[in-house]
Amino acid sequence: MKVNDVILQTVTKIVVFIIFTFAFYLFFAGHHDTGGGFIGGLMAASALVLLYLSYDIDTISKAIPINYRTLIGVGVSVSTLTGIGSILLGYPFLSHTFEYVDFPFFGEIELATSVLFEFGVLFTVVGGTLTIILSISEDV
Amino acid sequence: MFDLILLISLLLISFAILVALYRVYKGPSMPDRIIALDSIGINLIALIAVFSIYMRSTAYLEAILLLGILAFIGTIAFSKFIERGVAIERKHD
Repeated sequence: MKVNDVILQTVTKIVVFIIFTFAFYLFFAGHHDTGGGFIGGLMAASALVLLYLSYDIDTISKAIPINYRTLIGVGVSVSTLTGIGSILLGYPFLSHTFEYVDFPFFGEIELATSVLFEFGVLFTVVGGTLTIILSISEDV
Repeated sequence: MFDLILLISLLLISFAILVALYRVYKGPSMPDRIIALDSIGINLIALIAVFSIYMRSTAYLEAILLLGILAFIGTIAFSKFIERGVAIERKHD
């Protein structure tokens, strides 16, 4: 039977960008408001799961050629390196710092190194979630 | 007075969730249960919104959007499963 899910695929093309924007917002709002790397990663993973649901594994793997197992490794490495970086500067492991920097258009923005740690958490969560879901959905 | 109105609407939304829960329990077919679960999700969104007004806090507003996204994806996954037998296909025909 020939199936035709044009409505689902058209809605997905729009909604995926909204979910990715929401994940982006949650990730950067995590320092002062609700959010953070974990829930931002889960939202990004749910956008990717929506893509996999409305298309199929082969199409999306061709469009987004990312191996999610390496994503876990990259995330854990980034989080660990932020800890090791503070050792190299003579501080205890995982001690974070922040700096107020003036940007030309955005004005004064607080740049914190804990955002880099959260970035590693986000990568690990996305990689772990999608590795689990794609391994389970593997049939035959 | 305003709090009383909010409490009454919370009660009414809870009653709507209860009615949808009866459909999940009783529903003769699988699509009935999926639609009932979707409407429970939407009622939960309304419940959180009214509750955040009652608490006079904006900390719950992310949960509203998150619950909307999750209810949407869950409903799509369930409907694809009962239509095709698999949620995520290996290769599109």
